[in-house]
Amino acid sequence: MMVDALTGILLIPAAATLLLAALPGYRLTARLNVLAALATFATALSLFIVAPETGPYLLVDDLNKVFIVLTTFVGFTTSVFSASYIDHEIEIGRLTPVFVRFYHAMYQALMFAMNLALVANNIGVMWVAIELATLTTVLMVGIYRTHEALEAAWKYFILGSVGIALALFGTILIYMAARPVIGEGLSAMVWTVLVTRTSQFDPALLNVAFIFLLLGYGTKVGIAPLHAWLPDAHAEGPTPISAVLSGLLLNVALYALLRFKMLLALNPAAIAPGPLMVTLGLISCLFAALMLYRRRDIKRMFAYSSIEHMGIIVFAFGMGGPLANFAGLLHMTMHSLTKSAIFFAVGHVAQVKGTQKIADMGGLTVTHPVLGWGLVLGIVAIAGLPPLGIFMSEFLVVSSTFAREPWLAVLLVLGILVALGGLFLRLNTIAFGEPRGPTAPAQASYLPMFAHLAIVFVAGFYIPPALVVGFENVAKLLG
Amino acid sequence: MHGITFDIAHLLAGSLVLLSFMQLYQDRLYALLNIYALHALVLAASVAWQAFVQDAPHLYVTAAIALLFKAIVIPIALHRIIVRLGIHREIETVVGVGPAMLLGMGLVALSMVVMLRVTTEADPLAREDLAFALSVVLLGLLMMVTRRNAVSQVVGFMSLENGLVLAATGAKGMPLVVEISVAFSVLIAFIVIGIFLFRIRERFDSVDLQALDRFRGERR
Repeated sequence: MMVDALTGILLIPAAATLLLAALPGYRLTARLNVLAALATFATALSLFIVAPETGPYLLVDDLNKVFIVLTTFVGFTTSVFSASYIDHEIEIGRLTPVFVRFYHAMYQALMFAMNLALVANNIGVMWVAIELATLTTVLMVGIYRTHEALEAAWKYFILGSVGIALALFGTILIYMAARPVIGEGLSAMVWTVLVTRTSQFDPALLNVAFIFLLLGYGTKVGIAPLHAWLPDAHAEGPTPISAVLSGLLLNVALYALLRFKMLLALNPAAIAPGPLMVTLGLISCLFAALMLYRRRDIKRMFAYSSIEHMGIIVFAFGMGGPLANFAGLLHMTMHSLTKSAIFFAVGHVAQVKGTQKIADMGGLTVTHPVLGWGLVLGIVAIAGLPPLGIFMSEFLVVSSTFAREPWLAVLLVLGILVALGGLFLRLNTIAFGEPRGPTAPAQASYLPMFAHLAIVFVAGFYIPPALVVGFENVAKLLG
Repeated sequence: MHGITFDIAHLLAGSLVLLSFMQLYQDRLYALLNIYALHALVLAASVAWQAFVQDAPHLYVTAAIALLFKAIVIPIALHRIIVRLGIHREIETVVGVGPAMLLGMGLVALSMVVMLRVTTEADPLAREDLAFALSVVLLGLLMMVTRRNAVSQVVGFMSLENGLVLAATGAKGMPLVVEISVAFSVLIAFIVIGIFLFRIRERFDSVDLQALDRFRGERR
């Protein structure tokens, strides 16, 4: 039987999970982890050449192709970073080889779960995949077994489960809405069937379902009143996992939300999901921007920055329309790349300094020029300064909003500027001034970080026309 | 829909809501676990009845899982954990019994208003089931926020999952995918929770989450 690329991106991580769980020796498993992630990425790229058939369980279209390629790419670069990060953790004895074996297996299991959520053509399968992704990350967040790590993992587990439970209730309601129209059985849960008949669904049921889905998957996206798990989970887990959480898992939950938004948009009698998303997005952006000022833990600070950016992205998709959707997609891509690059840098910085407290690190550009300037570049990018990619996407979000709802744009700009202030305040302490803390040279792999930053830098000037066309298609699809 | 089949389904789903209320005011862990076991037992009966009414044999599997796993295995396992941890003392509740019950009633009223209004088209059995299921889900949530003890939070979460199973089986003809996944997720959730409880024990000598709270948040 021929295995197409679609099953490939599921089979490779699934097989790697089993293999890595069985193999001893952390150096070998770290390499295999990188290799598996690379193979998955290559397979994902081949989706552009030969698009496999859409079946009742798996689907591939323009929308999820973007997400799949982004996920597998960042998954690959993070695995490279993870290899050097884990090396150091073993050296200082923070992790034992048994835990590292477990960690690598979970890493691939997470990749599998995220890919499955992205390619699922069935709302039930998608839900299962997101639940699986939550459980694997819970285990990884708690891997250091310190007080803080356990509390973070517990909090994440409880809040994540509640979110997931609400999402399941929403999923059941969607099925209830679809059943009278499509009939009983499997096809009433298949995306490609649902979208053709949504206009006949009972709008009241769809509305309630969407509220549950928004709260449920919104918890996983980390939008503001539902974000409580996010900073802890980012701060206490291993840094590669912070990078994957911020860069990828939030996107996957957002993808689920976008699918349901598309569904609702097809039924004219149902509520418009846009205003709800705009409100939540704006609250997240403003709230997280203000929270940036009181942060003393570097990873926690960037976790709040992730909430801010997810807020902007949810806001953009909530505004809707080809331009805002395009801006949202671009911003999501840029944020994933930049934020994971920042976490790569932060991971090595925290290892060198032996702490995550901002007060204990200083003068990085003097003591560790490559790492320090990399981090500076990352922070400049994430704050949205020109000429980098995030400036471009934020500019698009703001300008497209300004044309339609000037007041909302003003609030959004306020959030972005407040966040910029907060980030620069800390940047000054971390990167410049008197060197503080240990100054031992870092054993780092700079390649993943600078690869991401280079893409973000180039995207500030030039986005390949093929990519623009691709994003425009997706933006139209999103409505 | 025959009168008697409907009445039985109604009775079982209603009992689930009642048992959820009973969980709210239990102030001892053993009693709480017993009520939870009963909750799962009623769920199993309810799912089996749905399987019979809808003529959907695969639902018997779900009923069996609820009976064996949730009503017997989990309560026994949690019992043993409680004994091993030596925490069979009283549970502290954050909100008193009175306010908790009032809040619970408000939540049930809310779910009735929401679900009965939006499902006017659906058949009466599914309608009532969904309304009851949402009540059970919300009461489970309420229990999770009013308790501090990790074990009782877990029980709250599991009764919430029972509500989801009730909703999934009430939706006629829903594919097996979801039932399996729900059962599966409970299984995994339990394993995870079990690991957590032991890890928490290792580190804190307590499963009182207030002890955890000391370590939270920003540290200088």
